[in-house]
Amino acid sequence: MLTSLFQIALGAVLVENFIFNKFLGCCPFLGVSKKVETASGMGMAVTFTMTIASAITWLIQHFILDVFGLGFMQTVVFILVIASLVQFIEMALQKMMPALYSSLGIYLPLVTTNCAVLGVALLNIQNDYNFIESIVYGFTAAVGFTLAIVLFASVRERLEYSDIPKSFEGLPIALVSASLMAIAFMGFSGLKVV
Amino acid sequence: MAKNFKIGEMFKSGIITNNPVLMQTLGICPTLATTSSVENGLGMGVSAMVVLIASNVVISLLRKVIPKKIRIAAYIVIIAGFVTMIDLILKAYGPSLSKSLGLFIPLIVVNCIILGRAEAFASKRTVGASFFDGLTMGLGFTFALFIIATVREIFGAGTFLGHEVFGSAFQPASIIGMAPGGFLVLGIIVAVIQLIQRKKKEKKEGNA
Repeated sequence: MLTSLFQIALGAVLVENFIFNKFLGCCPFLGVSKKVETASGMGMAVTFTMTIASAITWLIQHFILDVFGLGFMQTVVFILVIASLVQFIEMALQKMMPALYSSLGIYLPLVTTNCAVLGVALLNIQNDYNFIESIVYGFTAAVGFTLAIVLFASVRERLEYSDIPKSFEGLPIALVSASLMAIAFMGFSGLKVV
Repeated sequence: MAKNFKIGEMFKSGIITNNPVLMQTLGICPTLATTSSVENGLGMGVSAMVVLIASNVVISLLRKVIPKKIRIAAYIVIIAGFVTMIDLILKAYGPSLSKSLGLFIPLIVVNCIILGRAEAFASKRTVGASFFDGLTMGLGFTFALFIIATVREIFGAGTFLGHEVFGSAFQPASIIGMAPGGFLVLGIIVAVIQLIQRKKKEKKEGNA
């Protein structure tokens, strides 16, 4: 049990990193990675939402959609659940943890359109994970996302001050550095818990 | 009938000057994930285009009915409905394509191009204009995917739509077809576009 959970975690964080291997969550990855501070804020918001979304969508799939034979409604239901969940988290944080809200607040609305959140919900069902495995997968995939975006932001902070060919300024150099980081992450492929 | 939009200009804007992927960098996830082969790239582009046109038309029809406050939720439901339809159609008539695109078909829902066009265009304009906006933006998306996929398939696998290009002696650089290649090819294409734009600008300034 514990080994399989560890296997899932290792896979989600390093081997099949959401950004460098599955291309999920690239928009925020490129959009909010100019500073380490904003990148880690975004990472935390995503981790929070993805963990809760994994749990809730799993419950909905197994106790509502499967029971009533509504599997084809999966996409519609999941995206609505995620959108309202994000709203709910926003309100709850504002009331209960204003300090956390003030640091994460602006990132939360962006999380709805982050394909990593819907992606993890669908992958949990596709991979036949049980409830605990789904939560672990959701959480660790988000940790992988955070790791990637924070590392990438620190690379980009240094790029600001370097001498780049004119045509490569801005997005192209960011994409090329992301490509190099993806090559580095390929080094993890084949990593397994024996 | 007075038309306040020009079709020719819209085509140019959607495909070239305001290309959603290459100029506005929207919808990067499906762009990178599905362009390892031309067939997948085109499949993704056309599916997204159909959803974009359909959702643009419906949202434009309903623009006076949808309350302002819950408009985003309403748009998402409309888009998700069409995505589900496309998903089911592909599963029935193109099972191999559906399998290779996999997760990225349901993920069309969160493609920022579609929600972006709904919010920026379809919610304010007539049905006809929204239809053409969906068509041109969709074509722009497909065009960008096609270019990236062509480069990646030719260099990454030595093929184009499954046919060999260089003959069997060619050693493909398989890394271009894998994840890092996606970032690299898109980065280089955007760099080339920036180079062309800069040259054009310099020429204009030189003439003036």
